[in-house]
Amino acid sequence: MSGVRVAGTGLTPFGNVPERTSRDLFAEATQTAFDVSDVPRADVEAVFYGNFMGELAEHQGHQGPLMAEAAGVQAPATRYESACASSGMAIRDAVMRVRNGEHDVVLVGGAERMTNLGTAGATEALAIAADDLWEVRAGMTFPGAYALMAQAYFDEFGGSREDLANVAVKNHKNALTNEKAQYQKTISVEEALDAPTVSSPLGLYDSCPLSDGAAALILTSEEYADEHDLDAPVAITGTGQGGDRMALHDRDHLARSPAARDAGAEAYADAGVDASDVDLAEVHDCFTIAEVLAIEALDLAQIGEGISAARTGRTTADGDVPINLSGGLKAKGHPVGATGASQIAEVTKLLAGTHPNSEHVADATTGLAHNAGGTVASATVHVLEEVDP
Amino acid sequence: MSDPDENTVRDAGFDDWLDAAEDGEAYYLECPEGHTSLPPRRLCPECGSTDLTEQPLPDTGEIATFTVTHVPTPAFEDDAPYATAIVDFGPIRVTGQVVDHDPDEVETGQTVALEISRSETTDERVIGFTSV
Repeated sequence: MSGVRVAGTGLTPFGNVPERTSRDLFAEATQTAFDVSDVPRADVEAVFYGNFMGELAEHQGHQGPLMAEAAGVQAPATRYESACASSGMAIRDAVMRVRNGEHDVVLVGGAERMTNLGTAGATEALAIAADDLWEVRAGMTFPGAYALMAQAYFDEFGGSREDLANVAVKNHKNALTNEKAQYQKTISVEEALDAPTVSSPLGLYDSCPLSDGAAALILTSEEYADEHDLDAPVAITGTGQGGDRMALHDRDHLARSPAARDAGAEAYADAGVDASDVDLAEVHDCFTIAEVLAIEALDLAQIGEGISAARTGRTTADGDVPINLSGGLKAKGHPVGATGASQIAEVTKLLAGTHPNSEHVADATTGLAHNAGGTVASATVHVLEEVDP
Repeated sequence: MSDPDENTVRDAGFDDWLDAAEDGEAYYLECPEGHTSLPPRRLCPECGSTDLTEQPLPDTGEIATFTVTHVPTPAFEDDAPYATAIVDFGPIRVTGQVVDHDPDEVETGQTVALEISRSETTDERVIGFTSV
């Protein structure tokens, strides 16, 4: 089985650029990835592309070949859709194909165009990640679904809106040095608490923004990287995927994410590490409560204690386990189909020492990326490790 | 009850369930192992059993969690703010809107009954809950 190296990463700025097509966004991300990797486009053997709402936002299906074309790659291409975990799924399949020797070089990534839909239109589009008959038709929105989980968490374990605000404050602070982030400004707990309510108990600052953007990765086999003397010091050493019942009301527990737990357990075992080895993680904080549920599911915090991790400093930049040093979805932005690939790009740079926030994790050798779909009916987790640190 | 828009194609199983609920005969599906689900189902999502029977939904349930939505989808823009709740009926949970309460007075643990209501925005049927 071959090891899998991250040979190049590329991100567009994440933000509000409603006029830009997803093919243009993805082309830009791939240009960067190819430029930094020194891998020729002709060596790419397959394209794995994540996108969620292209049919709604751009009236565009069948996006695999379109995106290979945009990237200037003559290789078979497939689009992956798993709501907000779309590119996480694309990465997982790409990793397995390189491992089993099928391919030496693959292009992986994703893109999303969202802001052209406006807030109401994008809220409607995001809602299709839920069960249309039994959730959306009852008026459940995507923020509403996470609000239901937040209220259930508060009722069972305690915690407050102030605890959640500390997650947002932390992630905004982390994004200050991230030039690709949608928000590069600090916020205060008071500002977060005073912001308009989206779906109680969640307010505007508990929510990630609507974002346009793309992310691209060039993954290669270890042999290809060595043979071509690539500067690829980070490997994807573990991959895991979990699933759960589609509708939140059908889950055993309304304030836990077993799909993320299963994905994490599989990825840890696959890499031969455990949670105590993780030096930093990018987790799927589409809402502040989602970061709390994620770190508990990944065993980075005890059940019921994730809520206080940001407030007590455990997950801040200089804490025991820094979470979302990129700014997370909250501040970096969440162009849905690009998010999973962008997390791998951020962890790669953090471990390689080339990230603006690498100084906070100078000795880090092991990182983790957690990407979740819907109310975590689907999830992927990937473990990344520095090669010969 | 027929749909307000005659041109709208029904969703078999789901609309039948709403019809039954409007007649006070809401149900859930149960397999011999005791796993429960909501229609339409050809088999049990937990164990695959095709031996599913319709069991009457208990008359009342308890609000397990709730949220008051201020930023709705376009289909509910005239309804907002509204309270969405997951109600635990014992053998099964159902998601719907608490329709007879000031949204700010909804609380976890309240006892409610199922009542199909209509969206103020679209006049489409909506799973609702009223206090008992």
